[in-house]
Order: sequence, then C-alpha cells, then structure tokens
Amino acid sequence: MEYFLQQLINAVTLGAIYGLIAIGYTMVYGIIGMINFAHGDIFMVGSFIALIGFILCVMLGIGWAPLAILLVLLLAMVFTAVYGWAVERLAYRPLRGSFRLAPLISAIGVSIVLQNFVQLAQGARPKPNKEVVHGAMRLYEANGFAVNLSYIQVIIVVVTVALMAGFTLLINRTALGRQQRACEQDMKMAALLGVDVNRTISLTFVMGAALAAVAGMMFLMYYGVTDFFVGFLAGIKAFTAAVLGGIGSLPGAMLGGLLIGLIEVFWAGYFSSEYKDVAAFSVLVMVLIFRPTGLLGKPEIEKV
Amino acid sequence: MALAAARTAPAASTFDWLAAVKDAAITALLAAALGLFMVGFRTADRGAAGLQFDYQFTDLLIACVAIFLGRLALTAASKGMAWLTLLIGAALLAAAQGLKLPSDFLTVVISLAGLALLLHAAWALLRGSSAGAAAIADVSGRVNAATVRLFPWLGAGMLAFAVALPFMPFADQQVMDLGILILTYVMLGWGLNIVVGLAGLLDLGYVAFYAVGAYTYALLSTQNGWSFWAALPAAGVLAAMFGVLLGFPVLRLRGDYLAIVTLGFGEIVRIVLLNWVDFTQGPAGIGSIPTATILDHPFVESPPEGKVAFHQWLGLEFSANHRLIVLYFIILVLALITNGVTIRLRRLPIGRAWEALREDETACQALGINPTNTKLTAFAIGAMFAGFAGSFFAAKQRFISPESFVFIESAIILSIVVLGGMGSQLGVVLAAVLLIGLPEWFRDLGQYRMLAFGLAMVLIMIFKPRGLVAHRDPTIRLHPPSGRGSPS
Repeated sequence: MEYFLQQLINAVTLGAIYGLIAIGYTMVYGIIGMINFAHGDIFMVGSFIALIGFILCVMLGIGWAPLAILLVLLLAMVFTAVYGWAVERLAYRPLRGSFRLAPLISAIGVSIVLQNFVQLAQGARPKPNKEVVHGAMRLYEANGFAVNLSYIQVIIVVVTVALMAGFTLLINRTALGRQQRACEQDMKMAALLGVDVNRTISLTFVMGAALAAVAGMMFLMYYGVTDFFVGFLAGIKAFTAAVLGGIGSLPGAMLGGLLIGLIEVFWAGYFSSEYKDVAAFSVLVMVLIFRPTGLLGKPEIEKV
Repeated sequence: MALAAARTAPAASTFDWLAAVKDAAITALLAAALGLFMVGFRTADRGAAGLQFDYQFTDLLIACVAIFLGRLALTAASKGMAWLTLLIGAALLAAAQGLKLPSDFLTVVISLAGLALLLHAAWALLRGSSAGAAAIADVSGRVNAATVRLFPWLGAGMLAFAVALPFMPFADQQVMDLGILILTYVMLGWGLNIVVGLAGLLDLGYVAFYAVGAYTYALLSTQNGWSFWAALPAAGVLAAMFGVLLGFPVLRLRGDYLAIVTLGFGEIVRIVLLNWVDFTQGPAGIGSIPTATILDHPFVESPPEGKVAFHQWLGLEFSANHRLIVLYFIILVLALITNGVTIRLRRLPIGRAWEALREDETACQALGINPTNTKLTAFAIGAMFAGFAGSFFAAKQRFISPESFVFIESAIILSIVVLGGMGSQLGVVLAAVLLIGLPEWFRDLGQYRMLAFGLAMVLIMIFKPRGLVAHRDPTIRLHPPSGRGSPS
C-alpha cells in the first residue's frame, strides 16, 4: 500500500510533465493537422535554457528559490517560444498546402537539426544541474516504509494545474482562443471572416513551445540532468499521451499524460524498468485499435 | 509577412532602404534571441565547481551581423537590386576568408552563404538582361530535351556502371565498402518504396524489419551454424511475419497515426533487442558472424582441411578484396530482385490496388477492395525485403548490435524514398547516392554531417517537395490526360 502510494505520487508528477508536452502536440494537430515531430526537441531546448538560467541565477546571487524559479520560468518560456515561432515560420509555413507528408518529413528534419545544433553548441555530455529545491514532506509511515512527497513534486503539479487552468480559460474565453477554434474547424472560412490565420497558427506554436519549456524546466528540476537527446523519447511518449487522450482535445492531452505517467511508473515499479517504454507504446497500439479517436476525442467522419 | 511582401512587390525602381534595413534588423534580432543562450553561454563541466560558462558572444555577434547582411542582400535581390546582393556576397566571402573568425564553423558557413549570394545575384542579373534571359531559355530548353532523350538510358547506364565498378582500377577497399553501403540503402529504399511510395503508408519503423532480418541471420549462423543462403529466406519470412503481426492491428489507422505506431514498434523492437540479453546478448551485440560465401568456398588464403578457398576455386591470385567484391554482387543482385519484383507487382492486380488505395481509400472500399488485406500485403512484402537486406548487413559487418537499428536509420531510409520522389525507382538510386554517398565522401564535415542532413531534409521539402524524380502518377489511368499537363 505504501509502495503503491509512493508510486502514485511519482506517476502523477511524471504525468504532469508529459501532459504539458502533449498539449503542444494536440494544439498543433488540432489546428493544422500535422504531427509536430520537433516538439520533443523544443522541450529539450527549453530544458537547456532553464539550465543556463539556473546557473545564471547562481552567478548573479539570486539564492531565494521561488524568485529563481519564477525568473527561470519566464526566461525559458519566452526564449523557447522564439524557437517555436521560428520553426513554424521557417520549416512549416512554406509547406502549407504541400502534399500530406511534407510537413511531417520537414519536422523530422527540424528535429535532427535541433538535436545536432544543441549537441554542437553545448556538447554531447549530460549536463547536471544543482538541486534547486530540496526536502520533502513525510506524508505517512507504516511497515517501515515512508511515503514522501517532495517539494519539487508539489511545485510541478501546482504549476501544471495552474497553467492548464490558464490555458483552458485562454482557449475558451479570449478572442485568440476563439480564433484558434475557428481555424481548427475551417481555416478558409475563418480567414474569410477576418481571422489572421497565419498569426493564429504562429501563436499556437508559440504557446505550445512555452508549455514545452515549462515541461523542460520541470524535467530538469525533477531529474537534475538534461542532454541533447532527452527530447526524442519524451516527445514520442507525449505524443502517445495526446493520442491516448484524443488528439485535438486539451483535457484529453492532460488525461493522456497522466495515464502514460501512471503506466510507465507502475510498470517500472512492479514489473521491469527496462520495458517501461514498451508498455507505454503497447498501450498506444491498444487504444488505437479499440478506440481510435482516443478517450476524449471526437470521431472523425471522412467525407468524400 | 515581410517575406511575402517582398515576393509580391514588383521590381520597383525606388528601393525602400528603411523597410529593408528594418526587416534585416528584425531577422538578426531573432537570430540573436535564438542564439543568446544556446550559443552565447556554452556550459562546461568543471569538476567540483559544477557547470560553468564559456562565453561565446563574439561568435554570436558575428553570426548576427552576417545574418543581417544576408537578409538585406536577399531583399535587395528580390527588388531588382542584384548589384547590392553581389556586393554583400563578395564582402561576406572575403571577410570569411580574409579575417580570422573565432571558429571554423563560422568560416565555413559564412563563406558558403557569401558564395550562395554571389550565385543568386549573378543568376538574377543574368535573367534581368534580355540577352541573358534568351541564353537561359536556350540552354534550359536544350538540357530539358537532352534529359528527355537520355532519361530512359539513365537506368541502364547506372546498372552498367554498377556491374563494372568492382573491375575498375580505382576500386579499392574503400570504394567497394561505399558501393556496398549505397546499394544496401538502395535496396532498403526500394523495399520501403513499396510501402510508402506505392501503397502510401507512412512507415517510420522500417528499420525494425531490417533488425529482425539481421538478428535472424546472426543468431541462426552463430548458434545453429546455418549458412547465409539458408538463413536468407528465413530472415525474409520472419521479417514479413513481423510485418503482418504489426500491420494486422494498426493498418486500419489513418496515415499520421500509422506513422507514430510504426515508430513505436521500431522502438519496441530495439528495446527488446537491447534488454533480452539471454537471447540477443543485449548492448554487447553479436560478433563473429560468418560472412556470406559462394558454394561454401571461404575467403582465406589457406583454407581449412577439406575446403577449397574462393581464389583457388576460380584459379585467381589471393586478394582480400574478393570478399568485398562477392558481397557487392550479392547486394547488387538482391537489390535488383527487389526492383524487379516491385516493377512486376505494379502490373499485377495487387499493385494496381496499392496505387488505387493510395489515391482514394474510400473509393477502393466501394469497389470491393479490402483495404486491410491489400495494405498488409504491401507491408509484408516491404518488410521481407528489409529482412533480406538485414541479413546481408549482418553477413557484411560480421557484428551487429542494437546501436545499428535506431530511429535515425528509419528516417534516413524514408528521406531517400521521399527525396527520390515517392514511387520512383530511379529516384531512390539517385537519392541514395546523394544522401549516403556524399556525406561519406565529405567525411571532413565530421560532426556537422547530421546538421547538414537535417537541414537538407527541410530545404528539399520546401524547394522540391515532389523529390528529384517526381513520379507519383498512377501507372495506368482510364482516361489518359490530353496534352503535356501532368496530373497532380
């Protein structure tokens, strides 16, 4: 029971990180119907910018953790968003209206470029980060096994929930959100009604990248290390989460992230940690066979 | 936005300096924002002190200045001010070559950029003058006519070259190795072409079948003593079975989902190979795999008791190159079989069904084609050829490990197919020579190789999305299009 509770806490933390990345996939897929394969690498870039931000904070003598976290959060979000914008502008926008596979292949190219760029600029070795927040709450103790909730886990979950709430409001209540939903339904019609489609799509990428940056920062704080290749697996799993939850649906992405986190952590905890990725992918296949639209997705009707 | 405005504007006599400079400044600022952390602060591990920075702000500044000038030059060229482009291009080239820049990377990139601008400007100037435009039209007309005339012979010419290559005087070990490598990718490209080009199914985990084939041969030969020729069919059959196993549940999915599931499958195969240590020896890999032989004649100078060495059998002088030459011809024949089967299949009902399915799935269903079975056949046949190629790879390398079957291999094979122009057999050959051969020749590029590879993928999609040899037309159609207008 205690072991189970501990695993559950770990799973929710990991799920929150996957969920944040998955939102980027789901928003982009919803609006232009492409798999932004480079999104995982945007997450990796975010983790690097956060790493550099934390070192800068130490150098500038900002020792108070909440201030440092807030500063680095803003820094990472803003500068990673520039990456998201630039990638869309340079590699995807010229391909709008090209054949179906073109954006996906271009995205694979971008992913390779980003990985190798970071490897060249920052070196290939894993980069450790000094622990920013340490300590944990002891929730309860029984049978000689203590269930701990570390402060960093609290921060991750709280930040994720706050951002989720903010983005749900943004999509449902603001003019930008309305424009995004309009573009999602019918891009041409939205353009005719005066929606700046290019700007809306750009902003979708910017928002997705900012969220990925937060995920990257959380990942760095949680695991204390990052390298140029972390984006690949995290990206695939987050995409799995987006599909699991129903691609195009924001709550679905969050739910999917949570489920992937649960599956991975419990599989590693109870069966074997080597095959945790296999478990996640197998779930993806199962979901696609039995419920191709995902848990919260709307069925897609193909018209001829 | 700015780019679009520049494209639509006529060649105005008044060049808006302010707008051009502003646009270039914004671009440079953007580049600065992108590079500020990634390039400006290089993290370096200093032991006990933890991570520290190496500052590289000069690099960043130089890059931004170059980007500013480059952007200005491009705007100028599009507004009919090609002389300015010419000037900036020359200046960049001279600066990169003359000044001592802080890194080789900057020198190379800025030199290349300057060169590209020079060519761009020269082209624009040439097209601007009436005599130049006439000359271009004349030359391009002739080139087009020559291409049309020679195109049917291109395949035959390449085949003749491929057959003759091992007997050329310059064919040393390095050349043969490269030839084998290129042919392996040609075969993989042709195999994947059945799945992606003909049936229109995006497979991002093709390397999994390659791995299945390689491990089949490696295990059968090292543990059960099977020869290459006995294991080859087994590898193909097993890979095809894996194809069916994967394809059966997922082929009902739409293109993008299929892509991700196949990617996941490729990763699953790799993870299993990595972790099932008892069976595959895990990350250590399988070594001393026997090579492929002809009629069991080993490639050694003095054969063991009761065997006749290859050179004795043919009555030749012993040479270490014989093994490579034989391997070269094995992969050549395997690749040609793949090609021949594909060409035959395209003319059979199943091949027609693939292409029809690629064009319109719903219409096919209405006509009574079973999409799942049809796709499954494509998947299985494609996987089978990957299995053949895989067991050849194991026989050639004599050592395999899961390291050889990572996702990037799938991406490379896929980009060969796409760059070749999906569905074109000749295009695959050209693309394999370009993507595999060129980087091998330019080993000096070293660590920038993959960066250039990724960049090339993006640029090709932007400037030549249909590939080198665009050929996605259906093999037959009921109403042949009149005139030369090619259907999209």
